[in-house]
Amino acid sequence: MHRRSGLLISAAVCAVSVGSAFAEDSSDPIIIPIHNWSSQIVMSNAVGQIFESMGNSVEFVSTDSQAVYESVRLGDATLEMEVWEGAFGASFRAAVEKGGIHEVATHDAITREDWWYPTWTKEACPGLPDWKALNECAALFATPETGDKGRFLGGPVDWLKHDQEKVDALGINFTVVNAGSAAALWAEIAAAEKDKTPIVLFNWTPNFAEAVWPGEFVEFPAWEEGCDKDPAVGPLPDKIYDCGNPAKGYMKIAAWDGMKDKWPKAYATLQKVNFTNAQIAEMAKLVDIDGMEPEDAASAWLEANEAVWKTWTE
Amino acid sequence: MTALPGSQSGIRLDRKAVSRLLLVAAVLLLIGRNHLPAGLLRLPEAAVIPFADWINIGFAFLRDDLGLMTLTRAFADVVEFLLDITANLLYGKSRWPNLGPIPWVAIAGTAAVLGHALGGWRLAALAGGTFVWIAVMGQWKWAMETLSVIIVASPLSILLGLLLGSLAWRSKLAEQILNPLLNIAQSLPHFAYMIPVVVFIGVGPKAGAIVTIIFSVPPMIRMTLLGLRAVSPEIIESGKMSGATRWQLMTRVRLPAARTELLIGVNQVIMQSLAMVVLASFIGMPGLGQKLLQLLQALKIGLSVEIGITVVMLAIVLDRLSKAWAHQQPEHHDVGASWLARHRMLALWLVVLLAAFALSFVDPYFVEVERKQALSLAVPVDAAVNGFITLVNPVTDWLRWFLITWVLIPLRDSFLALPVASVLIGLAAVGWRIGGRRSALICLAFVLPIAMSGWWDRAMITVYMVFVSVALALMLGLPLGVLGSSRPERAGRLLLICDTLQTFPSFIYLIPVIMLFGVNDVAVVAAVVVFATVPIVRYTIEGLRNVPAETIEAAAMSGANQRQILWQVRLPLAVPTMLVGANQSVMFALFMVIIAAFIGTQDLGQEMQRALSSTDVGKGLTLGLAVAFMGLTVDHLLLTWSRNRNRELRGLNG
Repeated sequence: MHRRSGLLISAAVCAVSVGSAFAEDSSDPIIIPIHNWSSQIVMSNAVGQIFESMGNSVEFVSTDSQAVYESVRLGDATLEMEVWEGAFGASFRAAVEKGGIHEVATHDAITREDWWYPTWTKEACPGLPDWKALNECAALFATPETGDKGRFLGGPVDWLKHDQEKVDALGINFTVVNAGSAAALWAEIAAAEKDKTPIVLFNWTPNFAEAVWPGEFVEFPAWEEGCDKDPAVGPLPDKIYDCGNPAKGYMKIAAWDGMKDKWPKAYATLQKVNFTNAQIAEMAKLVDIDGMEPEDAASAWLEANEAVWKTWTE
Repeated sequence: MTALPGSQSGIRLDRKAVSRLLLVAAVLLLIGRNHLPAGLLRLPEAAVIPFADWINIGFAFLRDDLGLMTLTRAFADVVEFLLDITANLLYGKSRWPNLGPIPWVAIAGTAAVLGHALGGWRLAALAGGTFVWIAVMGQWKWAMETLSVIIVASPLSILLGLLLGSLAWRSKLAEQILNPLLNIAQSLPHFAYMIPVVVFIGVGPKAGAIVTIIFSVPPMIRMTLLGLRAVSPEIIESGKMSGATRWQLMTRVRLPAARTELLIGVNQVIMQSLAMVVLASFIGMPGLGQKLLQLLQALKIGLSVEIGITVVMLAIVLDRLSKAWAHQQPEHHDVGASWLARHRMLALWLVVLLAAFALSFVDPYFVEVERKQALSLAVPVDAAVNGFITLVNPVTDWLRWFLITWVLIPLRDSFLALPVASVLIGLAAVGWRIGGRRSALICLAFVLPIAMSGWWDRAMITVYMVFVSVALALMLGLPLGVLGSSRPERAGRLLLICDTLQTFPSFIYLIPVIMLFGVNDVAVVAAVVVFATVPIVRYTIEGLRNVPAETIEAAAMSGANQRQILWQVRLPLAVPTMLVGANQSVMFALFMVIIAAFIGTQDLGQEMQRALSSTDVGKGLTLGLAVAFMGLTVDHLLLTWSRNRNRELRGLNG
């Protein structure tokens, strides 16, 4: 009896969604990879909970943010919620070329990674955010190990950000010192905040740091396609990297090629998922400032923003 | 000892002369560095051997042509099956047998009963209390994720250690092959062998388990070999006389007789597994380590300290439990004792379990404490860290400026200015002085490959940082050790601090150190010094306390005052032990300098971090071996020195 009514209900559900004529989703868990920054974890949890509300089973696995594209390609992980152009574009493109992974959608959120300073720096060097003004203030940023040159604190060398090339091309009076991890960057800002020491370092948006320490990006000559390869592009005719990084990088969602057939409904939802910078900052804030656990933060966000995500599941 | 005084001093003079000659040559090369051919300053390009490419070719052959990958992945699948079982039982991952999660009260109760059975009420309180702490601090799931891996990895590691250890005991050839491998494995930085694991196993809990096994197996192999060797022939004889087969002789006679050594090995395996908790999370081990890295990424020091405390407490509990087990004597019951009398602990355990499950039905709080309900120390810890940093800020600013301008930069430049030829000859001089021609050759065999790998400059930066750190650690650790050895209770307290510092996840103090000193070598050195001081304090205390009381009494009777006793009797007698401590200190410093790449360095560690993120096996292993060889050089020199010194002292006493 029970069984029959169950069948009837599912038949009714099928009839409702017959327009799209989808097969049922597999009962295997959808594997969502998480990394070590909070917005990505919350967003992954939010999407996971949306899938669960649709009757799918979901599992999370923690992976390295570069190596994940290989895992998605092989189907070990099912999707990736945050593909940043600047940070992961290269790994993503390489994996796409090998096959097995594809782009599902692009968030409205734009990403930017470049030289950045917290607001108190501007009081010491009022000409900012212009890069020429920054160069004139170089002495303010000097440290014992950089002598009379200013210190620019770059990200880890394996992020390949070409800061040294930029310094050389624009001839600015800075020495690049590479931090070994993102946490080292935050620790430096936190220390500088105590006595409002001017500091200029590598940073990116969207990111929890902008909620804790308001600040701005340094405005270098605008990025033009080819600035990193063709000396003619950019303000200086004989230099490459004579420009800032792209100010409007993409953030995409990627998925394993097999997802479409194995979990068609979840895939259809994923195609509609779209977050903005404000929403991502909000998610990061719930964890990093309000101290919630990522799972709880995701539930809280979903509850408060039902209007945003309900349409994705229809 | 006094039979051939002439010839002995002749040899020693000879050693001194050769060593002095070599040293003069090294200094001359250094003075004349501006006139030297470039090939003596740095090895010429042609002499640089592409070790990394060779290793990569070798690995590609193993993986693609020999199909080793199918084998390793099959093994990984077995490990994963076991991991799924523990993961289901401990934190309810939806896998077979789908029984879990076991409520935390049941596990805490089990730990307490186990503690009681092995070591009485105090151990029961410690073991039970640790799990209660984990639960009420809201770390239950993370801790169980960690334990689910360790529970699988440790037994496998013990089993593997027993197998390889008995193999080495049976066959001389196996021992000769294993010994250098173990030496290298124990001095290779963790990141270096994590890269091949990613290639052959992949990422995730299974990779974490396998890296933990690799890291923890060497001490088990060594202790098995040691234990089996120490079994007295009489015991074997009596076993044979009772007609035991070879298998019975092994399992019923030899292994039980070697029990003490084997259990020390087991203890080491557990400690090493916990030391791997944070590092293994770089390749996907879930749990406390991964959470710790996430929290540090958001600069939440207070919360990460909570996790650090949990790791230390787990280490202490497992350490005490396994040691108590090692010292436990078999219990003998009177004939005809009732079942209850014979199985008191089992009965107690069943009662506790029943009560625990009953509780968990009453309130879900006793199944898992949610994060919202958890207690936290984070606010006071953060306040304390902030207060401390603000307090010492004026001093650190000056200290940082002073150290960078007057100590670190000049030292670094001079290390980099040393010609390769001068370093090699100088090392040979030291080797010759300590252990004659053999030692000189061993040193060269270790250091020449570093020069030929093409990573010389990076290696010299590593050497410079280890040198500065160990020098500072000696300056701090020796007085502390001397002070600590004067009274037993003070020594006990200092040793507890040493234990804590050693098991406390080192990543946590990288952050405060950056906040104090900024991203530069001062921060790196500060982080390394914390770690490198530990063995110096420990071994200084050990060495001074083990000086025979009669010797001190004799000195006192001949009219020496406290000061003279310390300087002329106790310290000289403690030197061999203290040298072992210095050796450990160098090893710790090497490991920590590599980890300090997360602050930002320009040494081998930075390149190793790069190799890990691009999964470059060849580069990672080349760099790792360079670090291992540095460690082995120091290890050889200091241990030979310590052994000779010990022999001299015993000669004096005899």
